[in-house]
Amino acid sequence: MNGPLRRLAGVVAVLFLALFGSATFIQYVSAADLNDRPGNARTIYKEYSRERGPIVAGNASLATSKPAADIYKYQRSYPVGPLYAHVTGWYSTSLSSATGMEKAADPYLTGTADQLFYRRISDLLTGRQPKGASVELTIDPAAQQAAWNALGNQQGAVVALDPKTGAILAMVSKPSYDPNQLATHNRAAAERAYKRLLADPAKPLDNRAIAGSQYPPGSTFKLIDTAAALSSGRYRPDSPLPAPGVLPLPQSTAVLPNDDRQPCGPNNQVSLADALRISCNTAFGNLGMSLGTQAIQDQAAKFGFGRPLQIPLTVTPSRFPQIQSQAQLAQAAIGQFDVRATPLQMAMVAAGIANHGVVMQPYLVKQVKSSSLDVVSSANPTVFSTAVTPQVAADMTTMMEGVVQSGTGTRAQIPGVQVAGKTGTAQTSPGAPPLAWFTAFAPADDPQVAVAVVVENGGGYGEAASGGAVAAPIARTVMQAVIGK
Amino acid sequence: MALVTAVVPPTRRNVELALLLFAIVVAASAYAIVGLAVQGAVPQDWWLVGGGLALLVLAVHVVLRWRARYADPVMLPIATVLNGLGLVMIHRLDLAHHFNNSTSLATRQLVWSAIGIACAIAVLVFVRDHRALARYTYTAMVAGFALLLLPLLPGIGREVRGARIWIGLGPLTFQPGELAKILLALFFAGYLVTARDSLSLVGRKVLGLQLPRGRDLGPILVAWLASLGVLVFESDLGTSLLFFGLFVAMLYVATERISWIVIGLLLFAAGAFLAWTLFAHVQVRVAIWLHPFDPANVATAYQPIQGWYGLASGGLLGTGLGQGRPDLVPFAQSDFIVAAIGEELGLAGLFAVLVLYGMLVERGLRTAVGVRDGFGKLLAAGLAFSIALQVFVVVGGVTRLIPLTGLTAPFLAYGGSSLVSNWIIVALLLRISDSARRPPESVTLSSEEVAQVVAA
Repeated sequence: MNGPLRRLAGVVAVLFLALFGSATFIQYVSAADLNDRPGNARTIYKEYSRERGPIVAGNASLATSKPAADIYKYQRSYPVGPLYAHVTGWYSTSLSSATGMEKAADPYLTGTADQLFYRRISDLLTGRQPKGASVELTIDPAAQQAAWNALGNQQGAVVALDPKTGAILAMVSKPSYDPNQLATHNRAAAERAYKRLLADPAKPLDNRAIAGSQYPPGSTFKLIDTAAALSSGRYRPDSPLPAPGVLPLPQSTAVLPNDDRQPCGPNNQVSLADALRISCNTAFGNLGMSLGTQAIQDQAAKFGFGRPLQIPLTVTPSRFPQIQSQAQLAQAAIGQFDVRATPLQMAMVAAGIANHGVVMQPYLVKQVKSSSLDVVSSANPTVFSTAVTPQVAADMTTMMEGVVQSGTGTRAQIPGVQVAGKTGTAQTSPGAPPLAWFTAFAPADDPQVAVAVVVENGGGYGEAASGGAVAAPIARTVMQAVIGK
Repeated sequence: MALVTAVVPPTRRNVELALLLFAIVVAASAYAIVGLAVQGAVPQDWWLVGGGLALLVLAVHVVLRWRARYADPVMLPIATVLNGLGLVMIHRLDLAHHFNNSTSLATRQLVWSAIGIACAIAVLVFVRDHRALARYTYTAMVAGFALLLLPLLPGIGREVRGARIWIGLGPLTFQPGELAKILLALFFAGYLVTARDSLSLVGRKVLGLQLPRGRDLGPILVAWLASLGVLVFESDLGTSLLFFGLFVAMLYVATERISWIVIGLLLFAAGAFLAWTLFAHVQVRVAIWLHPFDPANVATAYQPIQGWYGLASGGLLGTGLGQGRPDLVPFAQSDFIVAAIGEELGLAGLFAVLVLYGMLVERGLRTAVGVRDGFGKLLAAGLAFSIALQVFVVVGGVTRLIPLTGLTAPFLAYGGSSLVSNWIIVALLLRISDSARRPPESVTLSSEEVAQVVAA
């Protein structure tokens, strides 16, 4: 039987050789193809364990990677967690997800961006451990902190822009969350925290400043009516407008009333400038109907309504609805009906007026530096759109100064600084406390900051709440933080 | 003058001891490296785990010195290093899955290792001569087939990931096919050693092949039907291939007729093709194998694809123990432990493991060549070849050489039945190798007797 036994050993040798072959094929010959296949989670995990670049703003560190004694090697942490949560987002190995700047700037943070190609080559040659680049944001930590404090425990959002460049100086959304709870490597804890945040009816994960369910802009939309009116050439700031206490709406039983159901001026008339100053609903309802849907829609689009935007976070486009009737148009003209806007959009309106009618593209990334501190890329301010002529912008600036000096927005006054602004008080549902809006820029003669504030549920003032009472002081605090007064 | 000297072959027990210590050092070091990589420190219980394994296998070593002095010195160290490496890999996956002490699979595997080694010691102590086992040929047949078919019984049979090769008694699950493998090898050996003469009778010669007589085809047809039954009703190609391959190989060794292999291969190919055309679950397995990345197979091919990603990410030298992501592969500790090893130890580590298996098989076949009785030859050859076939089916399945099956890698994979069976196989091979290398009693003379012979 020994002959067959020897041949059997030969068969075994052939079987094992086949295994050597198939193992070599998988682990060597086709390894690169398998590694590159879409859906191969390992390639992603490999990136998780690379030292990720930090996210910084001014001298504040918003997100850093610290060495961790586990398979991911680095733990992402957010030293001031909730304050910047909606800007940084989170980078979570446990949830296999990244949001906010962690997602938008991922190629830089991981070091795989094209601009970092030569850096990677040199890392490879010198055997240096590859590290991601650091991303410096445009956020002004003082303004961010001021906005955070001023908003207090209210639900809402604040956005501040540099009107001359479009740099975003503050972006706060409340309620917020602690990204550290999601970034933890303890998978069970991260999943628990994520489920709790998803289930929270206050929707803390929404970035209300640029996305979320959006808000009716209320009377702040009257800035767009005014811009359309002045741009049409048919109106000047002192043009008289019909302004009864209650405006009957054509082909409808509904009416559009002023807040106090009183006329806005003698003889049921008011000038355009005064209508804006005291936020006269009936005057703007009328103005909207006489300007027509197209004029208002076009003006809104020039400020950015309906246009997709990446800052590089994705901004939900604000929208001006399809108008079916004059009644709807009158409602839309005062920022009700189905008009929806993000606080960023309303800040862009103020910024455009402040910047002589030119809206700058908003952006969050100031510059990117490689791990050896070479600047890899830096922001290059670009024009987003020209919304109005410099003359219209100048007229509107004067009118908005009136709002703050002696109109609905007096609580935004800053001693020694000219502030231009517009209040808004938007109804979300009948009987519920309204949304309080305020959008403004300062100083009026040399604008350094444009801001938009929205506070939900009337900021605790109940149905009597108004943008002037609730949102204007918050806007003032943020502007003061930027201009240092 | 005729000088008669008794050549007493060396027992090689000290070689075994040295290799064993090396195997233990390898396993304990691997354990420490996993701790360093995953937790940043050498685990405090490393001496406990290393010491526990050492105590167990050194007990086998002592029993060998006592009961089987001439046993092969390489088999036990190979089984030890494979068992140890498997424990380390399972522990490493425990860590990745955040299992605590009560859910730790490594702890259970260590307990099963102890039970398996205890069984091996029992075999070495109670089976003084392997030829005694020939008496149980038909008992083994009945028990073997019963175990093989046990998973088909309603109530205790369990289907795990499409293969019905498990039984469950309360919380305990068992793969009876693992034990059946030993019993059937025993039965084949006992049966073939008596039937070989009639089976190797010359029949007609066709195309250069000596074909057996028609009536002698009975046994191979029975084995073929049984293996087809396993394929169709337990839907596991691996188990089916293992038993039929084992039978054909032993038939060939017994009869020295190539024709049996040709007949066997043709029968198996025909049976497998028939099963593929007739049964949907067999088609699924084949579809996963042929078109794993087809969107239609996304769900079913998930596990093997994850395994290949793991192997590919390991590359030639591996990620290093504790530094890959083998936990991304479902059931990495059992079906896909080979992929986990390939990922973290690389192609080099996987080759080393294959070489260890190859050496174990080669030592078993060498034992078959060396042993003098036909039963011992057939049993050793069958057991050794069963290890080879099982490694081929498992590693071939993981590396996409053949369709994936539910068998697990001997000694490495998590699972009590597999571990116990494989330790028993090694004990039987050690027992047979002892009688293969032991000098004949008549020649074993004391030095005094030698002196007398010389003087006479």
